[in-house]
Amino acid sequence: MTGIPPEHAILLAAILFLLGLTGVLVRRNVIFILMSIEVMINAAGLAFIVAGAAWGQPDGQVMFIFILSMAAAEVSVGLALVLRMYHCFKTLDADAASKMRG
Amino acid sequence: MNDLLWIIPAAPLAGFTALALAGRRLPHAAAATVGVGSVGVSAILSFLIGGLFLLYPPQDHAVIQSLWTWMNVAGFAPAVAFRLDLLSLLMILVITGVGFLIHLYSAEYMRGDEAFSRFFAYMNLFVSMMLILVLADNLALLYLGWEGVGLCSYLLIGFWSDDPANGAAARKAFIVTRVGDTAMAIGLFLLFTQLGTLDIQTMMQRATQQWPAGSGLAVAAAALLLIGALGKSAQLPLQTWLPDAMAGPTPVSALIHAATMVTAGVYLIARTNVLFTLAPVVQSLVAIIGSATLLLAGCSALVQTDIKRVLAYSTISQIGYMFLALGIGAWQAAMFHFMTHAFFKALLFLGAGAVIISLHHEQNMLKMGGLRRQLPVTFWTFLIGACSLSALPFVTAGYYSKDMILHEAWTSGPAGLLPWMAGVAGAFLTGLYCFRMVFIVWFGEAKTGATRAPGWAIHIPLVLLAILSIAGGFIKIPAMLGQVGSDGSVGPVGSEWIFQITALGFPLLGIGLAYTLYMRPRRLAQTRLQRPILDGIRRWWFVGWGFDWLYDRLFVMPFLRIARANRDDAADLIYQGIARLNLALHRALRATQSGQVRWYAAGIALGAAIILGIVVVT
Repeated sequence: MTGIPPEHAILLAAILFLLGLTGVLVRRNVIFILMSIEVMINAAGLAFIVAGAAWGQPDGQVMFIFILSMAAAEVSVGLALVLRMYHCFKTLDADAASKMRG
Repeated sequence: MNDLLWIIPAAPLAGFTALALAGRRLPHAAAATVGVGSVGVSAILSFLIGGLFLLYPPQDHAVIQSLWTWMNVAGFAPAVAFRLDLLSLLMILVITGVGFLIHLYSAEYMRGDEAFSRFFAYMNLFVSMMLILVLADNLALLYLGWEGVGLCSYLLIGFWSDDPANGAAARKAFIVTRVGDTAMAIGLFLLFTQLGTLDIQTMMQRATQQWPAGSGLAVAAAALLLIGALGKSAQLPLQTWLPDAMAGPTPVSALIHAATMVTAGVYLIARTNVLFTLAPVVQSLVAIIGSATLLLAGCSALVQTDIKRVLAYSTISQIGYMFLALGIGAWQAAMFHFMTHAFFKALLFLGAGAVIISLHHEQNMLKMGGLRRQLPVTFWTFLIGACSLSALPFVTAGYYSKDMILHEAWTSGPAGLLPWMAGVAGAFLTGLYCFRMVFIVWFGEAKTGATRAPGWAIHIPLVLLAILSIAGGFIKIPAMLGQVGSDGSVGPVGSEWIFQITALGFPLLGIGLAYTLYMRPRRLAQTRLQRPILDGIRRWWFVGWGFDWLYDRLFVMPFLRIARANRDDAADLIYQGIARLNLALHRALRATQSGQVRWYAAGIALGAAIILGIVVVT
């Protein structure tokens, strides 16, 4: 498993993370925001894997398992919230839910 | 017996406490019993103690009863101590004696008033404070009484507070006397810092030891005390409050604004006479102020139409006589005149009060007339009081006391000449305004019918005070009572007969003029005196020589203008600035709370980036 230098893999993870972040900030549809968050989480997971591989330690993979299970929980709660939101606002536009404005 | 001295001021204070706590629930009869009774106890005790004092004079002619130390702060330790000597004895006899009669009178005068018990509570508090004032052994305790009587005066002038004018009069009295009180407080500070004590006797001794006659400190201290006395005694230039103080019930005017409180200034100067002897400039100023006041107030009294205002100006004028006497060093004459004045002026006020309630609170003299048949007792006693006030020779107390003042002025050399002339002119004016009032109110054709005849509680004080107004002069007690200092007797002067003739003649001249003007052909006063110039002078005197107008322009209006200019208080700007800053910050921060999730996410990302940046850089 040689050939991919860790710098490249970390750079890929950073690009993925920024893409996800851009999606969160730019997208208005809640579903897409959730998907962008998934992308960010996976970018972080990728960084762990790469780091674990670079140092030859299993901790990176252990962390990825954690992240994976957390992402599953997050998605279930997030989708439930999306359903409730659609029920209340009849739309999936995140900006519509702005009643908390000060 | 002398151990009971403290009860004299304590009894009215107890009466006040009882009435203040339980007054609302007490029936009127019980409230009157408490109110009159407490002063009666003081009066009886005063006469007993006074009698013993005169029969068996104690050592040093003074009894001191020290009760407790009021406070003890860094060497300032005034005691609550009472001192009974000839001067304070005279004062307490007059205060409790006349005070008791006026309380008795009030029991009938105020009958049916809603706030009957409140009235007696205030009156009792006043008597108590006045007694503390005159009995006080040190100036701190005296100042307590001094402020206490000022408070009671304020409360009682504004007693009928339904009418805003009464409240305004009360405030005016309070504020104008406050000017004097402030000066007096500064005087006390000065005396304490310089002499190290407020105990009157010690202070006077140290003053004579430390200060040469005419030294700057003595002059300053005496001048500050004098300003205090001027405010309380309604002398020029602080006299404007007294005529308006007539807004209070008539017994109040009789007790506070004629017999006792307004003479507190006279008492103060007599009590601290050593200081004034050390400051001859201030002492001659006292004589000048007294002379000017007695003339100005006498002229104003001539043209008033409200019967109580005539008496108010007359009071200012008579206190002017007392100040004149103090100014030429005739302490005893001043105290003698204080005593007789308390008798006849209280009598006149009470008589006027009897007329006023008989006519349903009508105070305008021009609407009165021919009342002598309807209210015979009041008429005769009022006439006696008027004779005493205008110093009718030989038979009245007022003659002896005024004669004594004029005689002292006559014999005190060139310095006494001007005061003497003012005094003689004042005697003429007194006779004139006094009998103008008598002729207008009691003689002539009847204009209104008296509806309510006064009862015994009004008649007894009137008769007793009338007797005192006559007999007060015969006892000639001043030689013994009210003694305040050494007094070199002056031998007969060659021109004695000039003095006697003027002293006898001028009051009679005034009465005679009053008779021709207001009695004979009633029209004379109305036709001859209707010329424009005379009318202008009349109006000028009517408003008290325009002092109110002057003070309005000089003090009240500039003050109001400043207050208006400073409506948005300059000192508040700082606090308003803090509030504005907070508000601006709040608005700025509120903008970040947009309610949009994506903005929050952006915020979080930005924050994380900044923190990471900081971590990386450092």
